[in-house]
Amino acid sequence: MQRRDFLKAATAGSLAAAGGLAMPRLARAADNKVLRFVPQANLANLDPIWTTQYVVRNGSLLIWDTLYGVNDQLDPQPQMVEGHDASPDLKTWTFKLREGLKFHDGTPVLARDVVASINRWMVRDATMGLVIKKQLDALEAVDDRTFRFRLNKPYPKMLFALGKSSTPVLFIMPERIAQTDPYKQISEYVGSGPMRFKKDEWVPGSAAAFENFADYVPRAEPASWLAGGKRITFDRIEWHILPDPGTASAALQNGEVDWWETPLPDLVPLLKQSPGLVLDIADPLGNIGSFRMNHLYPPFNDVRARRAVQIALSQADYMHAVVGDDETLWKSLPGFFTPGTPLYTEAGGEPLQGKRDYAAAKELLAAAGYKGEPIVLLVATDVAITKAQGDVTADLLKQIGMNVQYTALDWGTVGQRRTKKDPPAQGGWNIFHTWHAGADCVNPAPYIALDASGPTAWFGWPQSDMVQQQIAAWFAAPDPVAAKAAIDKLNKAAMDDVVYIPTGFFKAYQAWRENLTGVVKAPFPVFWDVKKV
Amino acid sequence: MFAYAVRRVLATIPVMLVVALFVFSLLYIAPGDPAAIIAGDQATPADVERIRESLGLDRPYLVRFGDWLWQIVHGDLGTSIFTNLPVTHMIAQRIEPTLSLMVLTIVFSIVIAVPLGVLAAWKHGTWIDRVVMVVGVLGFSVPVFVFGYLLAYVFALQLNWLPVQGFTPISEGFWPFLQGLILPTVVLGLAYVALLARITRATMLDVLSQDYVRTARAKGVGQRAVLFVHALKNAAVPIVTVIGNGVALLIGGAVVTESVFAIPGLGRLTVDAILRRDYPVIQGVVLLFSVTYVLVNLAVDLLYTVFDPRIRY
Repeated sequence: MQRRDFLKAATAGSLAAAGGLAMPRLARAADNKVLRFVPQANLANLDPIWTTQYVVRNGSLLIWDTLYGVNDQLDPQPQMVEGHDASPDLKTWTFKLREGLKFHDGTPVLARDVVASINRWMVRDATMGLVIKKQLDALEAVDDRTFRFRLNKPYPKMLFALGKSSTPVLFIMPERIAQTDPYKQISEYVGSGPMRFKKDEWVPGSAAAFENFADYVPRAEPASWLAGGKRITFDRIEWHILPDPGTASAALQNGEVDWWETPLPDLVPLLKQSPGLVLDIADPLGNIGSFRMNHLYPPFNDVRARRAVQIALSQADYMHAVVGDDETLWKSLPGFFTPGTPLYTEAGGEPLQGKRDYAAAKELLAAAGYKGEPIVLLVATDVAITKAQGDVTADLLKQIGMNVQYTALDWGTVGQRRTKKDPPAQGGWNIFHTWHAGADCVNPAPYIALDASGPTAWFGWPQSDMVQQQIAAWFAAPDPVAAKAAIDKLNKAAMDDVVYIPTGFFKAYQAWRENLTGVVKAPFPVFWDVKKV
Repeated sequence: MFAYAVRRVLATIPVMLVVALFVFSLLYIAPGDPAAIIAGDQATPADVERIRESLGLDRPYLVRFGDWLWQIVHGDLGTSIFTNLPVTHMIAQRIEPTLSLMVLTIVFSIVIAVPLGVLAAWKHGTWIDRVVMVVGVLGFSVPVFVFGYLLAYVFALQLNWLPVQGFTPISEGFWPFLQGLILPTVVLGLAYVALLARITRATMLDVLSQDYVRTARAKGVGQRAVLFVHALKNAAVPIVTVIGNGVALLIGGAVVTESVFAIPGLGRLTVDAILRRDYPVIQGVVLLFSVTYVLVNLAVDLLYTVFDPRIRY
């Protein structure tokens, strides 16, 4: 054989081998009993009380069960409990657990586990848990299946508290785990939820796996969000952490994963054109963009300066920057509560409506004594939503004559710096952006960003007696009419005092392969009743 | 040479101490707060402060550094702030993907780049030389992620030959293991191929003009023997040096490559840890990379004696 003949033969052989590669096409997530899911972020830890990150809450929903769960009407429904009995004065609440509840280690769920779990949760839940704790005379296990709250003041929102879906959620853990210091992380992930966590397969930053818990007894009612029967059709649910949106998009198109929780808006048109994929709104409660000012220092310690920004701010500008040109994904929001929910109101929302008035804004700033001092704008440039909002804000502030100091940081640094109460020129800040899940803005209970209690309020430390009075009025409201009246006044008070400025209401897509059925719109991924066909 | 190797290994200890001090200090002064990230957006400022205290992040610099150093001396790299898992466990989980990727990349690069460099030197000034140089410039200039997306689009999405992402351990079969690493290896290797090919070409050009090569040719030694026996062996010292130095290039490139192809390796662990300010993990990984780099350079130094018997330690 001549050398050239050999090379030709070798080349032909190589090509044939390469062709052979194409023959056995990659398995397309063929196992119908395995769901491959791409979550919104890395599951770096799994203690839903220690951290309030949503991705941890979402994973925890598989592992741990809750006493109550909200349905798609935002009504708390019994989940682990059989029922409850409230005294007429709403000071004594007695609950009984369902029969047959078991933890993943085979031990029964007992009232003392519930008591320990509530005790840990109360410390960390500032909006409801701490309120209950402050008015608690006793929380006791009456017998193995019964537990009781004895309060020194009525607490009408008890069921909302026990079934809240905003973080931290009250998950029920075994007593030995729940006795962990609330500020320290647990290291055992034993729950009584429908799936068992496979700690041995957990590679933080890459993968997590859950396997079906055979002893889980779902409720008889149909599932609705966190309420009803949580029937898992999969033997196994795998979470694949794909931080690069391009990779996640390609993996979904290639059938390597089944469901992507948060596709990047820029990739949505591409995914819509891809065969075999379905796209739909992920969370009907959406998100509310936030322009957060520091109320401790000039100029924003003067309500006139805050109002100046409020009347100049165009929500359309922000929303175009955040979600792009898809007009169906956003709407203006002249209020603080989630559109489409029972308490939504536009009362007092006029400053965010109509033509934007730069001239009036400049007059208000002058009246507030602003003389061109630097405004420290913290922008987390590694998070698309905050970066987009920060860029629009920088332009807006220049338009109304403010001297913007655009401080580009990553989210980790913004998270640190926004806690600082130092003056802006000494390491503090004037403005940062974030966004709030619509599910956390349906009423004042989980709405930490609306708290205006001053030193103990959320970052920016707004102080408004009127806002606080209306929040208290809502908590004490004896009926829906009184509750709605309190919310109307609260919305107006928060607008008047400019607790923060909503930059608009926006939604996002989720994407999945068309052989997946039963995917619902919810503020969290709902895995029960999802099937792969 | 054994004594030299022992001396060099012992010399890594002060180097590691300096690295440890440097890394710890850098992270101490760097902005960012793991407590704020852990607490999440729904947490109150008081919660953030309590978490910071519970993690010991409010302790003085020297106390924290002393504790960390004491742990290291006892072979303990600490516990991840976020995952509550030992750093050694997290590193152990990630070593196979990164090691596999780096070994395959080095093999791929040497197998491609050295013959290319020799060929370019042999055909110096011809179109072959120019093509190799253009490939070299391209390989070095185009960012890793651009090649990554391009190759994934063609070979995964269009041809469906290879997976887009992920890693299969070798224990689950050699072909699935290799299948997942082909694209990352090519992507990571391109810059390395470019670098090696250019160095090989330049060194070979220099060697080929030496008297002993002319003498060999005058004696009637064949072209292949001249190139690969006489010239390449004498050109090996700078090439091996570049291969050694290139490990640092590969470590940097692995960070991006592992992100693009979602490979659960040390590169991604580093990025995740930096973004979250997971100090024990960052410190552990940087120490590991430093030790690796020092040991690779030691191996390179020892290899010199193989290629050039005149070198003695």
